[in-house]
Amino acid sequence: MGLKAPLYFHPLVAVAFLSVGAWWLCAVEPQKTSGPAVPVSGSSTGATLVRHAVNIKSGPETPTVLTNALTHTGEPVPVACSTCHATRTPDLARRRAEEMKDFHQGLAYKHGDQTCLSCHNAANYDTLHRADGTSVDYPRVIELCAQCHGPQHRDFQAGAHGGMNGYWDLSRGPRERNTCVSCHDPHAPAYPKVRPVFAPVDRGARQQHSREQAHEAKESAHE
Amino acid sequence: MTRRNALKIAGATLGAAAFAKAIAPIAEWGAEESVDEFLQKHYRELSPEALAKVITRLEQETKEDYGAEVHISDPRPQEGVKFGYALNLSICVGCRRCAEACHKENNHDRPSGNSYIRVLEMQKGSIDLAQGNVTYTHPVSDSEKYYMPVQCQQCDNPPCVHVCPVEATWKEKDGIVVVDYNWCIGCRYCEAACPYHARRFNWTKPEIPKEEINPVQAYLSNRIRPQGVMEKCTFCLHRTREGRLPACLEACPTGARVFGNLLDPKSEIRWVLANKRVFVLKEELGTKPSFFYFFDK
Repeated sequence: MGLKAPLYFHPLVAVAFLSVGAWWLCAVEPQKTSGPAVPVSGSSTGATLVRHAVNIKSGPETPTVLTNALTHTGEPVPVACSTCHATRTPDLARRRAEEMKDFHQGLAYKHGDQTCLSCHNAANYDTLHRADGTSVDYPRVIELCAQCHGPQHRDFQAGAHGGMNGYWDLSRGPRERNTCVSCHDPHAPAYPKVRPVFAPVDRGARQQHSREQAHEAKESAHE
Repeated sequence: MTRRNALKIAGATLGAAAFAKAIAPIAEWGAEESVDEFLQKHYRELSPEALAKVITRLEQETKEDYGAEVHISDPRPQEGVKFGYALNLSICVGCRRCAEACHKENNHDRPSGNSYIRVLEMQKGSIDLAQGNVTYTHPVSDSEKYYMPVQCQQCDNPPCVHVCPVEATWKEKDGIVVVDYNWCIGCRYCEAACPYHARRFNWTKPEIPKEEINPVQAYLSNRIRPQGVMEKCTFCLHRTREGRLPACLEACPTGARVFGNLLDPKSEIRWVLANKRVFVLKEELGTKPSFFYFFDK
């Protein structure tokens, strides 16, 4: 081969690249975000460091739909999705809740061009499904959302998206984190408008108010 | 009686009266402030025993004044920890829950609605803090606006510390700028020096209903401040030095806030600094804040 071929054709370079790639695959593990507190040993002092868990709030349990039938206490009877859907043929042409006749008509839907069956699993309505057709249980809904919302999922995994509670220092205590649907309604995920709390107090107005109060107190004392 | 003696007696009487008048404030002061409090040393000169005594006295005073049982601790900076805070302006909706959480957590005066956090409603495309509106009450967020909560930036070069004439405020090892409320003379120089409008003055003795007092307190953070002294955000050091997240972060319903240890390369805050386009407020002043802002897009 000699030196005629450019350097990047050289077989040794290819071998070097392959080995670096193989090392990277082995070295970069997927980030572990939940699980029980695992003692991690091997710190410089030899002491055992406890690393507490980061618990991601579970998505909803398998959802139910309320029916017209009432229980003996007068509450509507909830039934699983599969109760009705087991005996119905999925109609792939139906895209919107308004087109439904028996159920779901009131659902306000605003989530791009997705249809019901983009996420709901026609093969088993008590689960959801990924783009490749494999099913996802409701509590693990985050895996479904992550398929389209990559940047948000990346930020979430890095701890820079989504509310949390507990400890910043996991050697001292655990942390609890929201999942996607804790804040985003899956059928209309844009964060809704809210009325702000805790309006600032106008100091001028307050001083005027207290002056008036003092004045009234004086008047009543004179009477 | 000679004229000389009469003048002597008159002079002595006047002198004694003047002296009595001059020392009268000391007699009155006794009711407001104990001798122990008057003679108390600077926080950093207190021995552990002296500090324990001071804390016991403060707890008793809170019991007498407010009827509340509180516990005042003195958590110290952790080795290898320097706190940093980042706020995602693309996510903040301006709901002001952080300001409310601060108000409750830090035992602020109730009638004045005091808080260490001010949420500015800003015009998109502008970063002029002076144009920020803090009194909005309409539903948020407004699509023409963005919302910028501002609190103490825990500067590495803090102007408020430099101007204090009595060294009642200083920067601790973990980056938090603190105040010894018992050493502060209330001159408000620091309030004037802070470019972020982050310091507050206690115009009155804080009024807080007994049942609303947060009993988990620290000497340098959220214990109830006396009238006439300065106060400021301490990144909730009574929580964060125990490893917990600050109250404003826990209250944020959108997850716009990221808090952590700047010295830990694996921390969330370091990830934000490495992967987002962060900026600090008024960088040109050279204050070197530990508080960062960023947009997602």
